[in-house]
Amino acid sequence: MRIALFATCLADTMFPAAAKATVQLLERLGHEVVFPPEQTCCGQMHVNTGYQKEALPLVRRYVRTFEPCDVVVAPSGSCVGSIRHQHATVARQAGQEGLAARAEAVAERTYELSELLIDVLKIEDVGAYYPHRVTYHPTCHSLRVLRVGDRPLRLLRQVRGLDLVELPQAEQCCGFGGTFAVKNADTSTAMLADKMRHVLDTGADVCTAGDASCLMHIGGGLSRLRTGVRTVHLAEILASTEATA
Amino acid sequence: MSTHAPKGVGHLRGDRPFPAAAKVALADPQLRRNLQHATTTIRGKSGRVIAELPDWQELRSAGSALKAYTMANLPRLLEQLEERVTAAGGVVHWAADAEEANRIVTELVAATGEKRVIKVKSMATQEIGLNEALEGAGITPVETDLAELIVQLGHDKPSHILVPAIHRNRSEIREIFLREMPGVDPALTDDPPELAGAARRYLRETFLSTKVAVSGANFGVAETGTLAVVESEGNGRMCLTLPDTLITVMGIEKVVPAWQDLEVFLQLLPRASTGERMNPYTSMWTGVTPGDGPQNFHLVLLDNGRTAVLADEVGRSALHCIRCSACLNVCPVYERTGGHAYGSVYPGPIGAVLSPQLTGVEDNASLPYASSLCGACFDACPVKIDIPSILVHLRNQAPHPRSEKTAMAAAAYTMDHPKLYERAQRAAKAAKLLGRRGRGLPPPLNGWAASRDLPEPPAETFRDWWRGR
Amino acid sequence: MSSKNLILRRIREALGENPSEPEVPRDYRRGEAPVDLDLLVERLVDYQAVVHRTADISGTIREIVGDGQVVVPPGVPDEWLAVRFIRDDGLSQDQIAAADGVVTAAAVAVVETGTVVLDAGEDQGRRILSLLPDLHICVLRADQVVASVPEAVARLTPGRPLTWISGPSATSDIELNRVEGVHGPRHLHIVLVQEAA
Repeated sequence: MRIALFATCLADTMFPAAAKATVQLLERLGHEVVFPPEQTCCGQMHVNTGYQKEALPLVRRYVRTFEPCDVVVAPSGSCVGSIRHQHATVARQAGQEGLAARAEAVAERTYELSELLIDVLKIEDVGAYYPHRVTYHPTCHSLRVLRVGDRPLRLLRQVRGLDLVELPQAEQCCGFGGTFAVKNADTSTAMLADKMRHVLDTGADVCTAGDASCLMHIGGGLSRLRTGVRTVHLAEILASTEATA
Repeated sequence: MSTHAPKGVGHLRGDRPFPAAAKVALADPQLRRNLQHATTTIRGKSGRVIAELPDWQELRSAGSALKAYTMANLPRLLEQLEERVTAAGGVVHWAADAEEANRIVTELVAATGEKRVIKVKSMATQEIGLNEALEGAGITPVETDLAELIVQLGHDKPSHILVPAIHRNRSEIREIFLREMPGVDPALTDDPPELAGAARRYLRETFLSTKVAVSGANFGVAETGTLAVVESEGNGRMCLTLPDTLITVMGIEKVVPAWQDLEVFLQLLPRASTGERMNPYTSMWTGVTPGDGPQNFHLVLLDNGRTAVLADEVGRSALHCIRCSACLNVCPVYERTGGHAYGSVYPGPIGAVLSPQLTGVEDNASLPYASSLCGACFDACPVKIDIPSILVHLRNQAPHPRSEKTAMAAAAYTMDHPKLYERAQRAAKAAKLLGRRGRGLPPPLNGWAASRDLPEPPAETFRDWWRGR
Repeated sequence: MSSKNLILRRIREALGENPSEPEVPRDYRRGEAPVDLDLLVERLVDYQAVVHRTADISGTIREIVGDGQVVVPPGVPDEWLAVRFIRDDGLSQDQIAAADGVVTAAAVAVVETGTVVLDAGEDQGRRILSLLPDLHICVLRADQVVASVPEAVARLTPGRPLTWISGPSATSDIELNRVEGVHGPRHLHIVLVQEAA
């Protein structure tokens, strides 16, 4: 299958490993990955900070960029959540009904990585090998906006060598919340403290999730406290094999 | 022309922005413990009794649609309610705002010649600052709900819709009672049944000797003129049954179209709010019943900014709220900051969308941002209010700091021009703008780095890697 | 302009021309369902009510009350009462409050929630009767029991003063845990009448 990658601005700029892993994984599974270079950002930060008007060109850019593609994948639950649940609204509120309809059509073909693997490619065992103790944090937008359910866990359970440990109170927000982490830094930190405590309680070496943004937040805290626990994007684990481990 | 709730009266506006108020609360370890314990308890209870109902989602959908239907037909339903209450011997008053509602209630009490009223817990009367208005007129309001009593005796403010004293634990409540409750047994322990017993003894005589009561209402049925108050302790029954005069203050959005509709809300509310299959007591009355209960009944229908909420097609559904507080109990922000940080009687997620709309968003500009948009509130809401979407919608209306506006516009422009975007990516890396692990950033970004490291910029961006393959 | 007209005008302006009006889906459970009395008992007991399943109403009430004195509404039949009692013919608050208990019938009961509803009928009396005494004995017939809340709402008469009672008075105000016994009766006994075998 020919799959277009939406890398997301955060992964492209700060966490290329997650986007690279997505490419390597899909190619290993025998698919062709394309990367339309005119892509930048889905506009979620603008919409969620209250700058809907400024987000309009970014919505238009996303739609134009990916309209020709049959299937789009992004290694981010929150960006796909924004594409699926905000793009058409942004267009509609700007009076652009045509763009809204196009945005809906493209959003329907845009998948978060675990959705693509399980719902479209119908695969749970991607042949990965990752010999570490791992705990999984379900990010809020993957859980409550996209409703990915246990798809990421089903993928992780098939990874050879991986010891999956359950995260207590997993469904509580880690406190990132985009600009929330800056505008309400104290509250965000309090939420992060609890999330980190639960991660450390598991005894895992690695905390994984499907969103680079939340991992940047959790990882930033774990690193500041020198806990020795790493954050690794789900795509990187699924892309790992005996050859790369 | 719809009008917001007036300034200078009532409790819808905080005296400082949410982040500043939250900072204080976050530094209070006892508060944090109390909130975590209470919200964890209620989440467990509520989850268990909701799981017992095979048709919970169908009930939610019905509740949501009933509320939308109500809003669409509000003028007709309010006039019908007025007509039915009047036919049953009640008197209906209309209050355009808090000041008018306070004046109506104060005059009604003054006309009885009584100097004391007993009160059932009511968010609407807290919202309009009725107690202060009554005190100003020389009338003593006595809160009879246990948590409201704890708040009143502790010279405190409510911090939760359902349990106004949620920020207090049993030993703090014991301290307040020992300090402030006349005639309390000095041997009082912090055993909850004992604390409840102390409140029972303290209020008993007041219930039996007070001639006027003030209540709110959970529901007002347009079809029949029936009012309903949902409660637990029996203080509601006391207030609704024993006095000669009953004055009920009800927000206009609390009307429900038909008697049959109660079958939906009486299932949704207790399970979502106190985590019970049914709350201990629900009282329903229609006007005046000769020989049973108050023989003078007044219903005050309150706008106070509700029509301004109604005018916003996206924000309107905040009026669907049945005040169950489930969204507070699941909110990770509320659980850590408590209710006082929100500066309004309506705290938590619903408060963050309701208060700014009642007052005008510029008067509560920080509230729409008091959320990580995690979505737990939307899932918990028994009438399916999409709080996260309303928060985002209100952020779009809120006044923005000039520097932020400039930065966001520039970012959007850059992101819409891939060449500029790539240049910015390279500049960020070259300038090591982030400094050592993110320390030394300009405000507000330094808030991030106070407790979190920022990642080192990678050696190459994804698109550089892609090109070089 | 009166405040009524002002508010109604504000609402109409806020709603605009044709506010969209949804269909209300009623696909939650609404029909008559079988009544499970064992479950009713379980639900009542769960909220600290005491349940007596008996064909002997007067004996059971006597057992609960002993030599105490109860108040009763006008319509409670004499044959229930093998105890000292005062009938309510306009008793004062103090007389009611001084009683050791109150005996009433009920209008309807709900299995799923463990609720009994009083509708101020002749055998249930004024609302104050079942409120002030510390002990409430409520006599319930099996044919008054329905499975669910919608069935109860359908059976009740809206204009009457209604009191829905689920267990003794309680509060969740201390640390959000339910504690029984605040202002209403602290002891609720349900006498569930069984047909004599």
